[in-house]
Amino acid sequence: MKINFIKATRLCGILFLLFAICYLLSAICYAQPAVSSTELIERAKEFAGKEVIYEGEVIGEVMNRGDHSWVNLNDGENAIGIWLDNNLSGIISFCGSYQARGDWLEVRGIFNRACKMHGADLDIHAINVKKTREGKAIRHRLLPEKQKLAIILSGVLLCLLILQFFKRRLSRK
Amino acid sequence: MILKPSLADLKTVGYYLGKIIIGIGMSMLLPLASAAACGELNPAYDFIIAFLICIIIGKFLILLCFSEKNLNWAQGMVVVSLAWLAVSLFGAIPFYLSGHWGSYLDCVFDAMSGFATTGLTLVQDLDHISRAVNLWRHLIMFIGGQGVVVLALSFLVRGSAGAFRMYVGEGRDEKILPNVVETSRFIWIVSIVYFILGTLVLAIVGRLEGMSWLNSFFHGACIFMAAFDTGGFAPQSQNILYYHSLSYEIVTMVIMILGSLNFKLHYTLWLQSKKELTKNIETRAFFMTIMLTFFLVAVGLAKSGVYPGVLGLFRKGFYQLISGHTGTGYQTIYARQFIHEWGDFALAALIVAMGLGGGVCSTTGGIKMLRIGVVFKALYNDVKRIMLPESAVFIEKYHHIKEMILQDRQVRSAMLILLCYLGLYAIGGIIGMLLGYPALEAFFESTSSAANVGLSCGITKASMPALLKLTYIAQMWIGRLEFMSIFTLVGFFAAFVRGK
Repeated sequence: MKINFIKATRLCGILFLLFAICYLLSAICYAQPAVSSTELIERAKEFAGKEVIYEGEVIGEVMNRGDHSWVNLNDGENAIGIWLDNNLSGIISFCGSYQARGDWLEVRGIFNRACKMHGADLDIHAINVKKTREGKAIRHRLLPEKQKLAIILSGVLLCLLILQFFKRRLSRK
Repeated sequence: MILKPSLADLKTVGYYLGKIIIGIGMSMLLPLASAAACGELNPAYDFIIAFLICIIIGKFLILLCFSEKNLNWAQGMVVVSLAWLAVSLFGAIPFYLSGHWGSYLDCVFDAMSGFATTGLTLVQDLDHISRAVNLWRHLIMFIGGQGVVVLALSFLVRGSAGAFRMYVGEGRDEKILPNVVETSRFIWIVSIVYFILGTLVLAIVGRLEGMSWLNSFFHGACIFMAAFDTGGFAPQSQNILYYHSLSYEIVTMVIMILGSLNFKLHYTLWLQSKKELTKNIETRAFFMTIMLTFFLVAVGLAKSGVYPGVLGLFRKGFYQLISGHTGTGYQTIYARQFIHEWGDFALAALIVAMGLGGGVCSTTGGIKMLRIGVVFKALYNDVKRIMLPESAVFIEKYHHIKEMILQDRQVRSAMLILLCYLGLYAIGGIIGMLLGYPALEAFFESTSSAANVGLSCGITKASMPALLKLTYIAQMWIGRLEFMSIFTLVGFFAAFVRGK
């Protein structure tokens, strides 16, 4: 009976260890999925005050406000304001504009439906920021069709101006 | 018997239309210069193409329809209503060439929204648009706010009785100076002086809020043009929420209010009496309706409990209210937040504020304060008449720049326009409902487009039905021109078809 008790205790120990390992592995492998801006806006009450992961492209520019900064992230549906520490904003190298595709950032932070600190804005206060895609400058290639069209139209305008000139001369006579 | 318009009538209309199209083409030189300065080659070519098309069509019309005749009332009205359609069609060319709009209809929607200072938009990926196209979006608001015809009168058309007829056709029935061309130029002077001051203040605020100097000036200029002309376009997709700044919100609120005041009032305040601000029927009515509608919005928001504390409620509630009442359409909340968080009561109060509008002879749309004041005075007058003995004789007066006697003719005219606006709001709402949108949302968006406001609860997007886009384009056009010139255009076409 004594041997059986020891065996049972060992078995329990092994099972507990297995459970703990599985739990830790699941936490590592099954990361919290990022929410979209539409979900945050449409289901704001549900997410209010909770920790969320949001991913989007940095657009406009980083607006420095003392030891924190505002960064607006656009996930392709809407852009949401992220309030983050200046230490975190340092990783941003490209902001989205006509000349550039901005960096894509994954932000883990507290979602505020109506932020008490920022005049009831809908925003996210970042805890952690990770760059998921590096931005780049965009080189816009001039479209030759536009050049051709502009030349043709200039020709048409020239013809019209010549026509106007002769019409005026005729009317004077 | 209806008289069929003659060829000479059509030629006169075509001639003036040609001039206005050339005027719009010339205004494209500004974004073209911006594109050249910023090294934006494709947008530069977009504006060269659009400029050439405008000049060619305009010159062709002038050559074909050359006329030295003065415009009569009907022709003046027809020119104005067609001019607004034409400038939207031609102003949309740079949008279409930029590739940021889904279809040409979407481009015309945005061009009409810009010229009519509405602010509803169907643009896609606004955050990656070129500076030149962004400048053009805001510049058309600046031009449209002062008036497309006012622009033409200031620079292209000689002063004449015909000029006055076009001026009236554009929804302005008050001359500030004896000559209508001088009035047009005064409107531009006022706007340019405010533009310089407003841009400077916004640029400084932007810089203090962490923007670069270049961006703060560019955004300042764009935001000023759209705020003063009660338009509502913004350089970024988040509208005013992009800035996350109380100072920016305060400055834009002041600019929106300045833009919603009658230009004649600006003239009086600048050159004559500061007391006019407190005596004028329009400013009084404006103050009263702001207070009343804000009270209703605040009650609605407090009931829904969406904002923590009074400050949040005031900052969000008052800003959207001022933006709606002045017909601007700047938002510091997302469109769908109106539906999910504001609640029906606050939303209904905001619809009322949007429908009322600002001052006559200003850049706002909607019913307008002078008419509200006159109708209210007439109602008060009638109640007083019942209360007093039958033999009592009294004259009701109101103050609008000078003391004026309230006449039945004015009341009838104000009531007529008021009813027309209510009808226009209702038609858009009903069409929205027929297309499957909930009633409150349909009426919100309809009022916003017809009163040239631009606040959106989320209906206006590129994927909305084409019929609704056409409805809103028509509402923006009719609402901006205040019915008379549109009715005349309909009459003109009816006479063309059925006249003898």
